[in-house]
Amino acid sequence: MAMSFEWPWQYRFPPFFTLQPNVDTRQKQLAAWCSLVLSFCRLHKQSSMTVMEAQESPLFNNVKLQRKLPVESIQVVLEELRKKGNLEWLDKNKSSFLIMWRRPEEWGKLIYQWVSKSGQNNSVFTLYELTNGEDTEDEGNAFPSPPNFKKNFLAMPQGL
Amino acid sequence: MDRFVWTSGLLEISETLVIQQRGVRIYDGEEKIKFDPGTLLLSTHRLIWRDQKNHECCMAIPLSQIVFIEEQAAGIGKSAKIVVHLHPAASNKEPGPFQSSKNSYIKLSFKEHGQIEFYRRLSEEMTQRRWENMPVPQSLQTNRGPQPGRIRAVGIVGIERKLEEKRKETDKNISEAFEDLSKLMVKAKEMVELSKCIANKIKEKQGDITEDETIRFKSYLLSMGIANPVTRETYGSGTQYHMQLAKQLAGILQAPLEERGGIMSLTEVYCLVNRARGMELLSPEDLVNACKMLEALKLPLRLRVFDSGVMVIELQSHKEEEMVASALETVSEKGSLTSEEFAKLVGMSVLLAKERLLLAEKMGHLCRDDSVEGLRFYPNLFMTQS
Repeated sequence: MAMSFEWPWQYRFPPFFTLQPNVDTRQKQLAAWCSLVLSFCRLHKQSSMTVMEAQESPLFNNVKLQRKLPVESIQVVLEELRKKGNLEWLDKNKSSFLIMWRRPEEWGKLIYQWVSKSGQNNSVFTLYELTNGEDTEDEGNAFPSPPNFKKNFLAMPQGL
Repeated sequence: MDRFVWTSGLLEISETLVIQQRGVRIYDGEEKIKFDPGTLLLSTHRLIWRDQKNHECCMAIPLSQIVFIEEQAAGIGKSAKIVVHLHPAASNKEPGPFQSSKNSYIKLSFKEHGQIEFYRRLSEEMTQRRWENMPVPQSLQTNRGPQPGRIRAVGIVGIERKLEEKRKETDKNISEAFEDLSKLMVKAKEMVELSKCIANKIKEKQGDITEDETIRFKSYLLSMGIANPVTRETYGSGTQYHMQLAKQLAGILQAPLEERGGIMSLTEVYCLVNRARGMELLSPEDLVNACKMLEALKLPLRLRVFDSGVMVIELQSHKEEEMVASALETVSEKGSLTSEEFAKLVGMSVLLAKERLLLAEKMGHLCRDDSVEGLRFYPNLFMTQS
């Protein structure tokens, strides 16, 4: 179900690929990068990536514009995402990471809302049902794959 | 042959060389003289002959002594010759190689040819008689025989000799200069020891540096040209000299600043001021110290230091921040610009253009694109576009 991805205007703006020294400008730049990374990963259903892949991916490398975000700057963007709760490092060397385009708390809330809506409190669900059930398909873009899912459960509000 | 006199071979001020020829042997009448073939030189005033092997053996005859000349063609085993008929020698003639001679003519034998041209030139000189118009002092023409130790300045050998002398002189000067340097090195060693000792003391916080050491330290610095190591004194209150200088600068720089749009880099100022002064040039240090006082003295210029460290002199009336607004317009018109492109468009030096663009970036009006293509500045769409 891959839709054609619509790049934001910044993607075609050369300064986007240079980490801005002006603090205020940089804030705006990083915010734009973060949302771009999340929407890209969401569309391509990519939940994990290595830094090497990231460097060559069209996400950080705009071939047509002949600009790519240098690896040090990519690290800065990833750190931003981590601070926001959208990213987790999978190894100590920081070579690969997990992307959570919806933070666990957000998922937790969603699941709870869905469960309450379908009046299924106090029933038991298997993980499989939740991730693959017909009912769940229209919720956002379906629940993320199992490795993430556990986290989401743990993040769910206490009421369940 | 007794008309010849010893000479140094140096040409006089008004005397010029006309032609010279190697391999010429002189005959006293019909007899060869006991000298080997040498170089014969014709000048506007004299005929000079020099031994090729022994350059100090040099003799000359004034052209005024010549009655007339004739050519003698070469024969089998005989070189071409010029016969030179001479007036009798003057009684007050300087000493020469021959005290007396029964002949009143000499022959110049051209062993290596060149006789035709030489004859032509000699005839010309005889006709023109240029020596009559440009007299040279009689006594300076001659010299008491070959003197060892005198540097002959004629010909390539003369030039080579002069160069050798110069080289020896330079060598001597350099060795003398380095003597000072070795003295400096000895002092430097002492200074390094002292500064290490002070540094250690400071590190270990072992009491104060003794006054004696401080005095020694200061005296070393003074001898090296650092007038006062305590910067607070030189910056804060400044000296009379710097104050005067600051006032002078304000006068000199007003017009040039206005010509250049109200701003100049400090290096430009340095060049301008020193060129105007000619003598008594300013040191960069003095210039900077004087400029630091401009604002304090309420003069119409000020010193400004950009973040990058570049120093400029601005007119008080100049508002760099306002210039930024116009810079933004220019960049927006062209989409994006490098410092060089901007400098060219506006007619500024690249250094100042870059500073203006950097200031605009600092103020949030521009953003940068740094790639292998170079550094370009764009209008800051991050802020203006949502």
